[in-house]
Amino acid sequence: MKQAVYGLAGPVKKYGPLVLLGIFLLLPLLITKTYILGLLCRVLMYATLAGSLNVINGYSGQMCIGHAGFFCIGSYVEAILATRFGISFWLLLPLAGAVAALMGLMVALPTLKMRGVYLAIITLGFSEIIRLIALNWTEVTGGAMGIKNIPVPQLGGLEFSNARTYYYIFLGVAALFLFVTRRVVRSRIGRAWMSIREDQLAARSLGVNTPAYKAVNFMYGAFWAGIVGAAYAPYARFIDSTIYSLDEGFNILSMVIVGGSGTLMGPLAGSVVINALTELLRPIGQWRMVAYGVLIIVMMWFRPQGLIGASDSVLAGRDIKAKKQKAKEDAK
Amino acid sequence: MSAILRAEGVCKYFGGLKAVEAVDMEIAQGDIFGIIGPNGAGKTTFFNVCTGIYAPTQGRIYLGDEDISGLSPDKVAARGMARTFQNIQLFKYLTVRDNVKIGFHLHAKTRLWDAVLHTETYRKDEKLINEESEAILDRVGLSRYSGTMAGMLPYGVQRRVEIARALALEPRLLLLDEPAAGMNPQETMELAEFIRTLNADGYTIVLIEHDMRFVMNTCNRILVLNFGKKICEGTPDTVRADRNVHEAYFGKGLIAGEAVKKRA
Repeated sequence: MKQAVYGLAGPVKKYGPLVLLGIFLLLPLLITKTYILGLLCRVLMYATLAGSLNVINGYSGQMCIGHAGFFCIGSYVEAILATRFGISFWLLLPLAGAVAALMGLMVALPTLKMRGVYLAIITLGFSEIIRLIALNWTEVTGGAMGIKNIPVPQLGGLEFSNARTYYYIFLGVAALFLFVTRRVVRSRIGRAWMSIREDQLAARSLGVNTPAYKAVNFMYGAFWAGIVGAAYAPYARFIDSTIYSLDEGFNILSMVIVGGSGTLMGPLAGSVVINALTELLRPIGQWRMVAYGVLIIVMMWFRPQGLIGASDSVLAGRDIKAKKQKAKEDAK
Repeated sequence: MSAILRAEGVCKYFGGLKAVEAVDMEIAQGDIFGIIGPNGAGKTTFFNVCTGIYAPTQGRIYLGDEDISGLSPDKVAARGMARTFQNIQLFKYLTVRDNVKIGFHLHAKTRLWDAVLHTETYRKDEKLINEESEAILDRVGLSRYSGTMAGMLPYGVQRRVEIARALALEPRLLLLDEPAAGMNPQETMELAEFIRTLNADGYTIVLIEHDMRFVMNTCNRILVLNFGKKICEGTPDTVRADRNVHEAYFGKGLIAGEAVKKRA
């Protein structure tokens, strides 16, 4: 029985992503309620956002908890340039990513010698600084008034003006992110990141230029967070600094933890769970924060590797791999 | 034979603590060289200075003709020096195969866009890495563990994985920090055999070890450190007969042989 389940792992890994993409492509045709579609948009958006954080926290083992800062930069770059100069959304998408990546480099450079909690505090401070700049640099960011009437993206006469159409932008970004990231983490670069997570000293002794790879890793994560930010701004039509609070950063982090850090699909699962919970727990208002807290603690107890913590997870190691190995040996 | 690794008056101080003091050393190409000494003699610190983890406070280190003193560990590795660690530093949550693959980091040229676009460079690199890592695992006798997470393996096997990972660098010089620590006599014997095989394949090997029989049987030359200073260097026989070495290990005064003579 066990072996039958393990036998499935191959095909699931191979065709799973395509099947999943197919399902997501067809979903809007089956769902009529705009409310649910809006929720799905959020799920996809956060899946990419949490995924980009996971590249930093899960793959290279650095500790970024101010991811909302990069998200914020992406949004403001898009909103400002689109409203003032009317630059095309499609051009702004990579540009916002590049600006966020540049900021990622600026955060990473002084922190290359730091790890764990020290780095976490710096990213936290960075996120707040970005939010405060957005709040106070009124001439550029609109200050507390925010930026209104962000133009919606257009493509060949098609206007992405509602959740039904915008869904496909978020889906496209998420799919592209997963596709590219999957390739990166399965290359020399991804292996170098993981070696840093596992043991920095050993990584250096094997010739991995750890500061450079950590910086690239940070930039990569920030790049995608910036893109998601840029995709979000025209969807919301209005942005202000309150969206990009530290709570937002923790929200993203909790998706990574719940879904499974160090896995590709974990953040997607985390995004589904946390966003669904947010909706389900709306009646209890602010008490849902308590529910999140309890959820994270329970996860840490019973499934520290997260929902999708599988064979390629960091924390799953002992448990799942041991079983897998045992099943293999039994088979022999 | 020319020297592959040369230390000239190497010192490493931690504040007032002289962990390594004016050590000269010369290791010939193709040698098996042992470094021994009591606990706290500065062996590992000396290793760390050689591999770039610490910069020497004074003195120079040459790899071949090149001065490598003060270079960072990744640059030292790029020049052909690989090492293992005293307290095994494997990538515990990665498979044995991935551990070895990371060892090929320097032999691959894949950049971010190569990986994203699966360019020719990427495909060539991955093909090479996959083939070569299998070959190394085969050679070290670890093929059956290749899919297992490194942290789950028994201690002796983990040591072998660490050596396999170091071999992936295709180094000119292999530094082993207490490779036999924690191994049973059978494993130690196999390790000695393995080290001699590697040496026969052309690797120059430097090792720190506490197991005297192991060192005396495998090494051609031995350096003895005590309190950070070199007290003796030479062949196993020279070291065995050296009075300073006896004193370092057994203390000053009456050492075993003399005590017996006196009593008689």
